[in-house]
Amino acid sequence: MNKKVNDFSITIGTKNGSGSQTANNTILRAIFKMGIPVSGKNLFPSNIQGLPTWYTIRVNKDGFIARQTTNDIVIAINPDSFAKDLASVSAGGAFFYSDDIKLGINRTDIAIYPLPIKSLVRADTTIPSDFRDLVGNMIYVGALAHMINIDLETIHTALSFHFKGKQKPIDMNFNMVKAGVEYAKNNFEKKDPFYLEAMDATKDLIMTDGNTAAAIGSIFGGVQFTAWYPITPASSLAESVIDYLPMLRKREDGKKTYAVIQAEDELAALGMAIGAGWSGLRAMTSSSGPGISLMTEFAGLAYYAEVPVVVWDIQRIGPSTGLPTRTSQADLTFVYSIGHGDTQSIILLPGTLDECFEFGWKSFDIAERLQTPVFVLSDLDIGMNQWMSKPFQYPDAPMDRGKVLWEKDLEELKGNWGRYLDKDGDGIPYRTIPGNKHPTSAYFTRGTGHDEYARYTEDSDVYMRNMERLKKKFESAKNFMPKPVLREVKGADMGIVAFGSTENAILEAQHLLDKEYGIKSDFLRLRALPFTDEVTKFIEAHDQIMIVEQNRDGQMYKILLAEYPQYAMKFKSVAFHDGLPASATWVRDGILEKYQKAKSGKQKAEVKKTAKVVKPKTKSSKEAVTKKKSTAKKKK
Amino acid sequence: MVTETLPMAGAPSNLNKAGLAKNDYRGNPTTLCQGCGHNSISNQIISALYEMDIVPEDVLKFSGIGCSSKSPTYFLNRTFGFNSLHGRMPSIATGALFGNAQMRGIAVSGDGDTASIGMGQFKHVMRRNVNMIYIIENNGVYGLTKGQFSATAEKGLQLKKQGENPYMPVDICMEAIISNATFVARSFAGNPKQVKELLKAALSHHGIAVLDIISPCVTFNDQATAYHSYAWGKEHEQPLHEISYIPPRNEIMLEREMEAGEIREVALHDGSHVILKNLEKGYDPTNKEEALRVSNESAQNNWLLTGLIYVNPEKPTLTDTFNLVDTPMSRLTETDLRPDKSMIEKVNALMF
Repeated sequence: MNKKVNDFSITIGTKNGSGSQTANNTILRAIFKMGIPVSGKNLFPSNIQGLPTWYTIRVNKDGFIARQTTNDIVIAINPDSFAKDLASVSAGGAFFYSDDIKLGINRTDIAIYPLPIKSLVRADTTIPSDFRDLVGNMIYVGALAHMINIDLETIHTALSFHFKGKQKPIDMNFNMVKAGVEYAKNNFEKKDPFYLEAMDATKDLIMTDGNTAAAIGSIFGGVQFTAWYPITPASSLAESVIDYLPMLRKREDGKKTYAVIQAEDELAALGMAIGAGWSGLRAMTSSSGPGISLMTEFAGLAYYAEVPVVVWDIQRIGPSTGLPTRTSQADLTFVYSIGHGDTQSIILLPGTLDECFEFGWKSFDIAERLQTPVFVLSDLDIGMNQWMSKPFQYPDAPMDRGKVLWEKDLEELKGNWGRYLDKDGDGIPYRTIPGNKHPTSAYFTRGTGHDEYARYTEDSDVYMRNMERLKKKFESAKNFMPKPVLREVKGADMGIVAFGSTENAILEAQHLLDKEYGIKSDFLRLRALPFTDEVTKFIEAHDQIMIVEQNRDGQMYKILLAEYPQYAMKFKSVAFHDGLPASATWVRDGILEKYQKAKSGKQKAEVKKTAKVVKPKTKSSKEAVTKKKSTAKKKK
Repeated sequence: MVTETLPMAGAPSNLNKAGLAKNDYRGNPTTLCQGCGHNSISNQIISALYEMDIVPEDVLKFSGIGCSSKSPTYFLNRTFGFNSLHGRMPSIATGALFGNAQMRGIAVSGDGDTASIGMGQFKHVMRRNVNMIYIIENNGVYGLTKGQFSATAEKGLQLKKQGENPYMPVDICMEAIISNATFVARSFAGNPKQVKELLKAALSHHGIAVLDIISPCVTFNDQATAYHSYAWGKEHEQPLHEISYIPPRNEIMLEREMEAGEIREVALHDGSHVILKNLEKGYDPTNKEEALRVSNESAQNNWLLTGLIYVNPEKPTLTDTFNLVDTPMSRLTETDLRPDKSMIEKVNALMF
């Protein structure tokens, strides 16, 4: 049997709330500490306890760590999903299971490793009975570690990190790991090809989740006010702000430069943040689609009244009775024009953890510079799953507090200023902040019914002038947006445009398309709306552009169509929306379905024919799609 | 009985101790109907702040949506104001008052804005004890949308286009007390003297101060049989007491003929006092159970009970509980707000 080293996937099927998260994170972190590129995705239901949940780990020496749709190693702990889990193991794979599950095993093409988890836990009399189920998960960690060579030292490191150095739980769990190792050593004969070997590929990286990164970034951005309302998958962002503020903004006098409030709902959360932003504070809220829906009216008001505020949307599938624990990129068009009437939102699109950190601080600079809400669209995959990341970089620019007039500025202007006056011709007015003691500082804030001096008016001409200025401001915004990330390949005949957490899947899909089909592609990862000139250049430079995204309707595709109608024929929508983190195979297959070998302008029928000529070594694109669909079905 | 605030020696007699004339407290001309109760309340706000020597830049104005919420335009032009969303003013004020915790909010809302669409935020701003005056200009009817029932309209009220109101009313003061408000008063726009004294007491209170002021809508709901009309109010007003506001450091001078048991003195947070006299049954506004009892009794009997119904001057405000820096938060700069460069390594080391 040929060894498969550092290139396989592991999926663990457990029950929600059974404590398996600690065990699964331990495996992930241990492999990471062995220097091997790895990712972990929690595929969980909306439930506290009882429903089936899966955790899937991808190990890949070449750094391709998007979620894999096939399972090389499966660990089945949950009787309810046992049959499915067994069926999901790839031929030649390995199957570990808890031997108290007395269900038939009908596969002979895989290695089977039954684990007496319950009896091994009971054998350790030091474990209190109510801890047995929790630490019992460490048996499969140990058995797996022995069978694929996970370094026990790194497992210990991972446990120490998880339990924050508390010796008792570390020991209790590590003893179970060792029991798992011992059992595997004495009872299992290695019948599968999967092995780990230490590498040197992760030593300069850190591992955490996007919500933590965003929270810490916000603190380095000087966040002063956070209001939030609990919602999966956004809660951990605000909770991390609460966790890290005391340490990062500690003062000698013990006083606070910040406040966090859990609001009564998302309307109030954004309302409070807008009030604070209006009052000159760096203010934010964080939520997900359903909460953002509730914030809509306030978002419109902040747009028109020109109040800086940062809103994180950790996207998921909605509504509450939908698939609330599944990832999505489907809030894009909604947020882009959130609010009644003519509105345009500034949107930042982090695609990596260090970008979650970076946009954490940068979003405040942009919001204050432009005096408008800034939405940061993250998602459940990047927000809640553990990702490898470059370490966080200290902000490379001083804070930009925007155009603010204090007492001495007003004194110099002799009080001659207008809150909504376009003095600089960039559509961005000057603002004063409540608490300014100058007698000409105050103004009355309302929606659109105001003139350049914030005086009440319903005059049509003044209204139109104001709306045109707001549009001009949106044009000026392009100067402050993060530029897209461009990856060019020599000889590329196609462009891929995507954003957010799909990057890993796209990079791997590019590799597959080249290797299997000889299709080379350039990749532009968008990081903000409105689009900057680099986007225009990329579109101009390519005959066909695949817009890859995780939603049903091709939302970024639609925005590009509206923004660049002259290039409409170049755009192909590759949209996918099953709620699971992106995989390279669906990106590849989606692109193959839309790919035109010939120059643009040819008929689709001809193109299809051409596409068939570019035949893969193994299967046609159509077959690949069918296969993928059936795999997906099987997995469910 | 109360010593009036005297102008500073040598200063023009129309300037207060802040060196400001009453005109410095005015706003734009009102665009509400002639005779609207709201205008009378705006005038009392102007007078109260002028007489209390409050600098207009030291307070903030907030409102929601409705006729009442338009009124902050008609007073304090030199004060920052935010005319926000229908029913959502409390959240805007809650956040805004963190910018400078020394500043006090003056919020104006209506019965629709507060007791219908804004009931949730109203209750939560009470329990957080946000440091502001929350005035409800209560007329039982929607004015700007032309005469629909509000949630404070009495059951059986007849309105021209709406017919008869089938629902029981919301009692704003009782809602406030139950939600742990720290200052709850009811007044009547037709009793401007009481409105002003209560406003002054509310301005001296530390925390949320609710003023439910019956403020008749002369256009849609002023028929003599309606509970929110001038005629009904004049006929049915039952003041709990006569209230007089005594500024800090002013000597309390009582009329000689007042006897023990007839007056009650309540000390407010800033050293000022309110003197309550002609107390019926020795009413004690610091007793929450009593406050609920008299409120309920008046609601059952359709009395317009006015005066200071409940006060607790000792509770910390929302911003008090945060131990904020002494400098107003809005004046903090990068040095105060961005962690030192050395912290980035510390943070990276904390990640796995």
